[in-house]
Amino acid sequence: MHVLKLVTKNLLRHKLRTFLTILGLAFAVFAFGFLRTIVTAWYYGVEASSTSRLITRHAVSFIYPLPLSYRDQIEKIPGITSVSYAYWFQGVYKDNSFDNFFPRFAIDAETFLEIYPEYVVPYEQLEIFKKERNSCVVGKKIMEKYGWKLGDVIPIEGDIFPGRWDFVIRGVYQGRDKTADETQMFFQWSYLEEQLKQRTPYRSGQVGWYAIKIANANDAAAISENVDALFINSSAKTKTETEKAFQQSFVSLSSAILTSLEVISYVIIGIILLVLANTIIMSARERIREYAVLKTLGFTSGHIIGLVAGESLIIAAIGGCLGIAFTFPMAAAVAASFPTMFPVFSVDLSTIVLAMTFSLLVGVLAAIFPAVRAARIKIVDGLRQIG
Amino acid sequence: MAEAIVQVHNVTKIYKRDKLEIPVLQNITIDVPEGEFLALMGPSGSGKTTLLNLIAGIDRPNSGSIVIAGTDISTLRESALAKWRSRHVGFVFQFYNLLPVLTAYENVELPLLLTHLSKKEKREHVEMVLNVVGLSDRMKHYPKQLSGGQEQRVAIARAIVTDPTIIVADEPTGDLDKKSADEILLLMERLNTEFKKTIVMVTHDPRAAEKAHKVRHLEKGDLLEN
Repeated sequence: MHVLKLVTKNLLRHKLRTFLTILGLAFAVFAFGFLRTIVTAWYYGVEASSTSRLITRHAVSFIYPLPLSYRDQIEKIPGITSVSYAYWFQGVYKDNSFDNFFPRFAIDAETFLEIYPEYVVPYEQLEIFKKERNSCVVGKKIMEKYGWKLGDVIPIEGDIFPGRWDFVIRGVYQGRDKTADETQMFFQWSYLEEQLKQRTPYRSGQVGWYAIKIANANDAAAISENVDALFINSSAKTKTETEKAFQQSFVSLSSAILTSLEVISYVIIGIILLVLANTIIMSARERIREYAVLKTLGFTSGHIIGLVAGESLIIAAIGGCLGIAFTFPMAAAVAASFPTMFPVFSVDLSTIVLAMTFSLLVGVLAAIFPAVRAARIKIVDGLRQIG
Repeated sequence: MAEAIVQVHNVTKIYKRDKLEIPVLQNITIDVPEGEFLALMGPSGSGKTTLLNLIAGIDRPNSGSIVIAGTDISTLRESALAKWRSRHVGFVFQFYNLLPVLTAYENVELPLLLTHLSKKEKREHVEMVLNVVGLSDRMKHYPKQLSGGQEQRVAIARAIVTDPTIIVADEPTGDLDKKSADEILLLMERLNTEFKKTIVMVTHDPRAAEKAHKVRHLEKGDLLEN
């Protein structure tokens, strides 16, 4: 028999109490992990951003377009290796329900996907996409969600750009990285331009934003300044920033909610601490006489601390592991249910590490008071306790 | 006469309860020779259990010295005293104090966890002492599956498994019926005569005291002359 066996036997002394404590911990860790996963999912766009890409948009707001003519001027700035552009199309597929929403962009077919290598399109499909004016490339997730096949037509009812728009699926992209969003649809900006010239000519010759690839990420600030300086006296002034900052500006719109979620997740840690501390204090108090007997036999205060802390740590570790294990199927269910709201919804390694670290920390903190109390008790006083 | 293995000299013990000082032992001096079976008797509150606790190293005197087998335990630090107890003292309690989650075998094995014996050696020691106390067939039983007498025999096995220098027993028959008490006293007597163990036993029971070689009486913290 080892001391660890004694710890294990003590754990099983009140099976229901231990089971309920572990279950309480597991649910709390699950809630912590799940909330952290939501926060992480919200930031996925920021995490997926490249440090060598800049975004140039209208200085007033993202919703105002920029002239296409800026492209040639931007390309001439030293340090820039390539410039592309895109336009937020929006539109309605089937109905206005959130379930049928997925991002739709008009992009420069020649350059956009070169700047975004994380969206991988098979070469043959890309070539067809570039040649066929009303074609589109869609992400793997929405392709599977709607059961589309190559050659299918996606009818979109325009809202920002009114009218009916039919796009033929000619390519499917897959994410190169886990963080790549596979729920988007890209079609040719030139098709949009062609249609706008016929339907609303005054809206032609415009793009939503420029995506700029730079040679050295360290030059991002200087190049951003140079780009904006070019158009400082134009009617459409620009704001250039790193892609990360650009994505962050979207996330910041929800910052109050995210902060609340983060605060709640830490409050849960506090609750776990109280639950476990209560159990360990009760257990240690019941065993004061036994600890006194062990000390009589020659066990030291260190051994007693080890027994109490060991019990607390084992409960915390089991609860933590179970809680983390619960998080995975829940995350998978959310990812399957809300693929467009959370394009990337998976339990991050940092969440697992954080949840496990907090679990063990709670295990240690919960044991400190009862362990020290049990270790300090005088043998003669402990032996007088009624067990 | 054999050399005194327990030397208690001028020991005073005062308990403090809030601001109140309660003298329990006053200037006690007693020597116990090796191989002795000593019974300490006296009314409740006379200080006999306190003296036993001091000899066992689970309490400390306010003044005086307690030398056991050449070691002045009143000067040892807490961790050294714990180590000393594990090697030199076997304690038998009135209420057995077995750990309810451990089997008889595991309870007896407990003190050996603090030794460097191999698993095989530990098993041999445990089996041997359980055989001595006549419980070889109860090794896998938990305390609640044993009678009071059997529990106390397991406690005695636990006390002797490390082959301690002295065995201290605090009213070992106090919670037992007559038959069981007789069995325990017989076992204690056997440990003393057959295994040459030095035993200091606190008891209220004159029949228990009869088994001892020597009986000393305490009253109001003083050791009475024989």
